[in-house]
Amino acid sequence: MKLYVNGEEREVGGALSLAELIAQLELPVARIAVELNREVVRRSDWSGTMLHEEDRIEIVHFVGGGRD
Amino acid sequence: MSTAVTAASPGDKLIVGSRAFSSRLIIGTGKYRTHEQMRNAHEASGAEMVTVAVRRVPLDRSSESFLDYLNPQLQILPNTAGCYTAEDAVRTARLAREALQTDLVKLEVIGDQTTLFPDNEQTLEAARILVKEGFVVLPYFNDDLIMAKKLLDAGCAGIMPLAAPIGSGLGVQNPANLRIMREQLPDATIIVDAGVGTASDAAIAMELGADGVLMNTAIAEAQDPAKMATAMKLAIEAGRLAYLAGRMPKRLYASASSPLDGVVK
Repeated sequence: MKLYVNGEEREVGGALSLAELIAQLELPVARIAVELNREVVRRSDWSGTMLHEEDRIEIVHFVGGGRD
Repeated sequence: MSTAVTAASPGDKLIVGSRAFSSRLIIGTGKYRTHEQMRNAHEASGAEMVTVAVRRVPLDRSSESFLDYLNPQLQILPNTAGCYTAEDAVRTARLAREALQTDLVKLEVIGDQTTLFPDNEQTLEAARILVKEGFVVLPYFNDDLIMAKKLLDAGCAGIMPLAAPIGSGLGVQNPANLRIMREQLPDATIIVDAGVGTASDAAIAMELGADGVLMNTAIAEAQDPAKMATAMKLAIEAGRLAYLAGRMPKRLYASASSPLDGVVK
C-alpha cells in the first residue's frame, strides 16, 4: 500500500492502523500531532484508524521559532 | 510608604483571554546558538510565555522533543509561522492544539517572503474560523487600527501589531499608529510583535501603551542573549511604569525648573 507521510512516498505492507504506522516510524509519540488527509486525528483514535491506499499523513512536532 | 521599583504593581497583569501574566514580555525559541543559551535567556527574561513553531517531524532520524528544553513552568504559545494561507494556518493551529492540549495560538499568515508582512485578509479569515472553534487567538498584523477593530470584532483575545518587519530590529517605525490604536481601543490587549531590536525599542512600545511585547531575534541574535534578555525585562518594566505614570507634555521651548524670583543680579 502506498502512503504519503510528510510529503514522502512510502510503501507499507498489509493492513495498517495509524498507531502502527507511527510505531513503525519509531517516532516519539509525546507531543506530536497527526493529520490524515488534512484532518487532525486525535491520539485516542490512532489505533482505530485504518490507513488506505494513497492516504496522506502529516506528522508534526514543535521546533524553536519566534517568528519566520 | 515605600514604592516597589521593580514592577508596576502586583495587580498589573498582561491579560490574554482568561489567563493573566505578571511578565509583559513574550519571547521566541528560535535562532539561539544552543539550547542552553536559550534556556539561560528565557530565565533571565522573566518571561512566562514562549512561542514555538509547528513543523513536520523528520522521519529519517529519531528526534528528541524540542519542548524538553523548555522550562515546564512556561506557558507555550504555538504559532503558525510559515503559513501563507488561512487554510494552512487553521490546519497548523488545530495540530498544535492536538499536540499541546492548549487553546492558545499566535496566528500568523504571511503575505510575502521578502518582507514577511502579514496577509491581513487571510489572517482575518483564519481568525474567524479559529475563534469559532474555541481558540484563544492572538493575530500578527500590520499596525492598522481598522484591521485591529476587525480582528477584535472577530473575537480575538488580543492583537499583535508589528513594530517593524520580523527580524529587522528596526524598532517602532510608526509610533503614531500604536498610540492611535491604544487610544481608540482602550480595553484591547495589544502586544507589539516583531521588529524590536534593543531595549529602548521595547521601552518605547510600552510607553506608547502596548500591553506587552513579543520578540525573538533581538534576544537570540544579541552577542550575549541572557544579558539582552535582562535588558528587555527591565525596559519593559520601565516602559510600563512610564506609561502608567503619564509623561509630561512635549513643548517646543524651554520651561525653567528653578524659580525665576530671587536670582542673584
